[in-house]
Amino acid sequence: MSMAMGPMRAAPGPVRKSKNARVTTRRLLMRLAPERLRLLLALGLGVMSVGFVVSGPQILGSATNVLFDGIVSKRLPLGTTKAQAISQLNASGQNQLASMMAGMHLTPGIGVDITKMGELLGVAALIYLVGSLFNYLLGFTMAGVTQRVVFAMRRDVEIKMSRLPLRYFDSHPHGDVLSRVTNDIDNLTTTIQQGLSQLITSVLTIVGVLGMMIWISPLLALVSVVTIPLALGVTMWIAKRSQRHFANQWRSTGSLNGLVEETHTGHELVQVFGRSDAIIDEFNIHNRSLYEASFKAQFLSGIIQPSMQFISNINYVAIAVLGGYRVASGLLSLGAVTAFIQYSRQFTMPITQIASQMNMLQSGVASAERVFEFLDADEEVADSEVEGALLAGEDGGDVVSLRHVSFRYEPDELLIEDFNLDVRPGSTIAIVGPTGAGKTTLVNLLVRFYEINGGSIVLNGVDYRQLTRDEVRRNYAMVLQDTWMFSGSIRDNIRYGRPDASDAEVVAAAREAHVDTFVRTLPEGYDTILDEDASNMSAGQKQLLTIARAFLADQSILILDEATSNVDTRTEVLIQEAMAQLRKGRTSFVIAHRLSTIRDADIIVVMDRGQIVEQGSHEDLLRAQGVYSQLYKSQFSGVST
Amino acid sequence: MILLRLLARYLRPYRRTTVLLVLLLIAQTAGNLYLPNLNGDIINNGVVAGNLHYIIHTGEWMLVLTLVIGLFSVGGIYWASRVAMGAGADLRSAVFARVQTFSTRDMNDFGTASLITRNTNDVQQIQIFLQMALTMMVVAPIMGVGGIAMALHEGAKLSTLLLVALPIMGAFLSVVMVKIIPKFRSMQVKIDRLNEVLREQITGVRVIRAFVRSDFEAQRFAKANQDLTSTALSVNRTFAMMLPVMMVILNLSSVAVVWFGGRLVSEGAMPIGNLTAFLTYIMQILLSVMMAVMVAILVPRAAASAERVNQVLGTSPVVMNPLTPIVASTHSGVIQFDKVSFAYPGSERPVLEELDFTLKANSTNAIIGGTGSGKTTMLNLIPRFFEATSGHVRVNDVDVREQSLESLWTTLGIVPQFAYLFSGTIESNLRFGRADASDQELWQALQIAQATDFVRAMQGGLEAVIDQGGTNVSGGQRQRLCIARALVKRADVYLFDDCFSALDATTDALLRQALKASIRPATVVIVAQRVSTIMDADQIIVLDNGRVVGVGTHQELLTSCGTYHEIVVSQLGEDATK
Repeated sequence: MSMAMGPMRAAPGPVRKSKNARVTTRRLLMRLAPERLRLLLALGLGVMSVGFVVSGPQILGSATNVLFDGIVSKRLPLGTTKAQAISQLNASGQNQLASMMAGMHLTPGIGVDITKMGELLGVAALIYLVGSLFNYLLGFTMAGVTQRVVFAMRRDVEIKMSRLPLRYFDSHPHGDVLSRVTNDIDNLTTTIQQGLSQLITSVLTIVGVLGMMIWISPLLALVSVVTIPLALGVTMWIAKRSQRHFANQWRSTGSLNGLVEETHTGHELVQVFGRSDAIIDEFNIHNRSLYEASFKAQFLSGIIQPSMQFISNINYVAIAVLGGYRVASGLLSLGAVTAFIQYSRQFTMPITQIASQMNMLQSGVASAERVFEFLDADEEVADSEVEGALLAGEDGGDVVSLRHVSFRYEPDELLIEDFNLDVRPGSTIAIVGPTGAGKTTLVNLLVRFYEINGGSIVLNGVDYRQLTRDEVRRNYAMVLQDTWMFSGSIRDNIRYGRPDASDAEVVAAAREAHVDTFVRTLPEGYDTILDEDASNMSAGQKQLLTIARAFLADQSILILDEATSNVDTRTEVLIQEAMAQLRKGRTSFVIAHRLSTIRDADIIVVMDRGQIVEQGSHEDLLRAQGVYSQLYKSQFSGVST
Repeated sequence: MILLRLLARYLRPYRRTTVLLVLLLIAQTAGNLYLPNLNGDIINNGVVAGNLHYIIHTGEWMLVLTLVIGLFSVGGIYWASRVAMGAGADLRSAVFARVQTFSTRDMNDFGTASLITRNTNDVQQIQIFLQMALTMMVVAPIMGVGGIAMALHEGAKLSTLLLVALPIMGAFLSVVMVKIIPKFRSMQVKIDRLNEVLREQITGVRVIRAFVRSDFEAQRFAKANQDLTSTALSVNRTFAMMLPVMMVILNLSSVAVVWFGGRLVSEGAMPIGNLTAFLTYIMQILLSVMMAVMVAILVPRAAASAERVNQVLGTSPVVMNPLTPIVASTHSGVIQFDKVSFAYPGSERPVLEELDFTLKANSTNAIIGGTGSGKTTMLNLIPRFFEATSGHVRVNDVDVREQSLESLWTTLGIVPQFAYLFSGTIESNLRFGRADASDQELWQALQIAQATDFVRAMQGGLEAVIDQGGTNVSGGQRQRLCIARALVKRADVYLFDDCFSALDATTDALLRQALKASIRPATVVIVAQRVSTIMDADQIIVLDNGRVVGVGTHQELLTSCGTYHEIVVSQLGEDATK
């Protein structure tokens, strides 16, 4: 696929899928590199936020302890000491209660220390507030980071588009390219946006909570730690299975999309050929398999949540039982258990989140791979790097000279070989040939959409490889078969040919292209907005607008690629008059079906099966009795009957 | 509102399952609500009393309950997925089937691209919403109400706290939602805009480069990109506030619970175990609110999708079958235009005016005229792609509006201007109109369409693969295959809408010759731009500005019709008129 003219780049060989995913992930991370300072800040904010929020339950637990201590103390007779109370209990055989009380701060006879509890709760409230503030700052920072990263990614895609050779667009389905630069980028955006900041907080929360749990009670923490591999294992196990069904789901969605698109596009054909029922049946088959796949995917990924909850509940029960036992044995305070229970709740949540993010991440990486593939595609050889440019030996006064030009689309099929053509200023070159003869190939070379493989093209005495592509193209005004318009006003679309043209010049060009009258009948006139694909205009009207665009561009060389084939014959007469006017002093290349344009051309280039087979004037070619004379006769065969 | 009505309609077949699902979710939520209660018991009766036996006994019971809750949840997810995906599939199928009945005008009104999006993406959005709604939307209120009930049970006095916490949370959420929903909408508009620019840059790459306008395009893109980024940033920054504020409300509520609850406990008005349980309940109540919010965020998007889907479902095709269709008694293929006029709805000027002629059976009828003269529009009146505004179009002597669409379409073989093939094989495309055609018949049709050579040369011959739209064959080959497809159908009338344009003159001539020789008896109608294509037709109708300006043979028209003369001169030169 790489261009023969430039440095050959080794095509990336087949890489193992897992490695690819890893490479893609690394490249994705590299995209975050410019944001590393902000990411560091975010990390700091995350640590602070988690630190504060995580210490909250611990302080709340202390407050519960104060409460519990107070209640127990109140029951004890006033004036006794803690030691006395405990030995009394031991004496009456209540060993359990005694050992529990040994671990408490008791002041017998005195009730709950409300002041102390109030102080603790005040601190807790403050800690929660500050923690949430940090959390907000984290979210705020990360929103900026992700938007900047995504913005840059989209910008790079746009830059890439302008650097890709036309060959790329011609050899890749537009739908696929479009899907890469829109759907995949969208998906990637969502992944980065939702995945990244959640991942940071999730991981930090797990670390923070685990730290607190170990600090409160290493034994209970051990119970919870056991649930981590269990939770991760179960999640992975389910995710792996659901992933397969997700893939199926997207595949089914793809084929269903294809069917819907195809059917809607060929709607009238489906109706007239009586295929509606058959196609509905076919749709239902696809729809059914989509249903099956998406049901399985939804169900399997759906049970991650209840499974996590189940594990979390087991953990909860274990802590309640073990904690209750530890409190009863006086090894742990009640407040600690209360805090611990809160922590264990906070613990499973981030694990579940990471599990669901894993799913999202996987689809994000798949999209990133497609985007990177696009970004890695071979670019056009940079203007300055083109080799082989040389000054034309002599300046024979030709506008364009093709010297010994050879060209091929595929490395092994030579299309054009040693082709020579000298174009005098103001002359008309007609390119003719049967359907599919490759008439646009010559145009592709002239305006340097494709690079020639050998020889040279000299433009106004200069080898065109010494010019930038833009400089080459600025010599041409084109009316292409494809009547492309961008969504904007008619005025701006005509002005596309020359951005600095005044309104009056736009109208003048429109008048010359005989589209002025039509435009004026529209309610909004020149300000009428053309919608996508300009579907609010007929093919002929669009064609006229592209002609107006070329009129306005006012360049020394014209290229008319089957330009007038969609314009009604009477308008065409007028256009051809105007064209003749325009062609005065200008050089034009015309790809036409009409004999009228061909006959008075200075040189006719005849193409067949992608190759240039004949070249000469109308009379020369008729005399030669070749392809051209055959073509000419067949078109006139009707007249004689 | 539309969303709800749509969901109600498509959930109806699943009512039993839905009821079962709700029951399961209620049971699951009730279990989850009861669990902290047991934990409170462990503290009150086990820990405080130092009763180890009680702790373990209750622990076992909790474990069993946990297992049951887990099973209920899995059951809930199972049925929720069945119902959501099932209703989604039904909806998708309904939209697709509805579009099949659409007339050309309905298709144009919606636009093909939009109909595709409605049929797939929009249904997908509704489906995702349904899945979430069926689980969270059911669980959230049960959990909220249950949580409140349990909280009241644990400590009625303490529950007054909820009267403060809930309104604060509600107020905050409504403020955020009101702020964020319009932003969400505007973000979607900006995403669409960005994608539109990209699409245009891909399709227009040749024009952009030819006119050296890459910089302009880069600016257009940069603006769209900047626009989207700033809106997305503002959405996400507003969003970043949501969770922290909710957490603050949640956490401060628990602080308040311990403070007020603590006083109650110290006064002996409440056992301490109830306090810990209460703490869990209040968390659950507030969590249920957050869950509801998560679903609520999906509402605007799902509602927009529902509206779009509903528009399709609510559109009755402009063209419908008559109540009592008349079956044509002849199959000559004769077509009469009886004072037919046509205007696009809302347009002042008719596109076609008072067309009055007969397209003769067993002969070749040609329509010629400039761009915008109404040729294709006229042709579209025959299969009722468009409806005549006044006058009558008769096929086989019966007004097209009095025939059933199916029988009308059976009489017609159409080759559209835009050559379109379906993905599959050459064979499947040729058999499109008549599934039981023999291979021999296919080859015959290909022969007439001058397509035998290249089909034979293709890998697999008749079984050669055709990509969607027929993009893997050239424009001329595509046209010839479309012609062959129409021929295989064996119709009374063949309509060729300017479908020889991509053929070179030689092929064009050969094809017409073969056509003339082989498809009689039938009415052939050819719309063309090239005089050479139609000048040997039995009858030529010249259209200009929606009016008939000449009817006759080539020779007749050369003398009688100025417009025709002009066309011939412009294409073939003055010599050709002599």
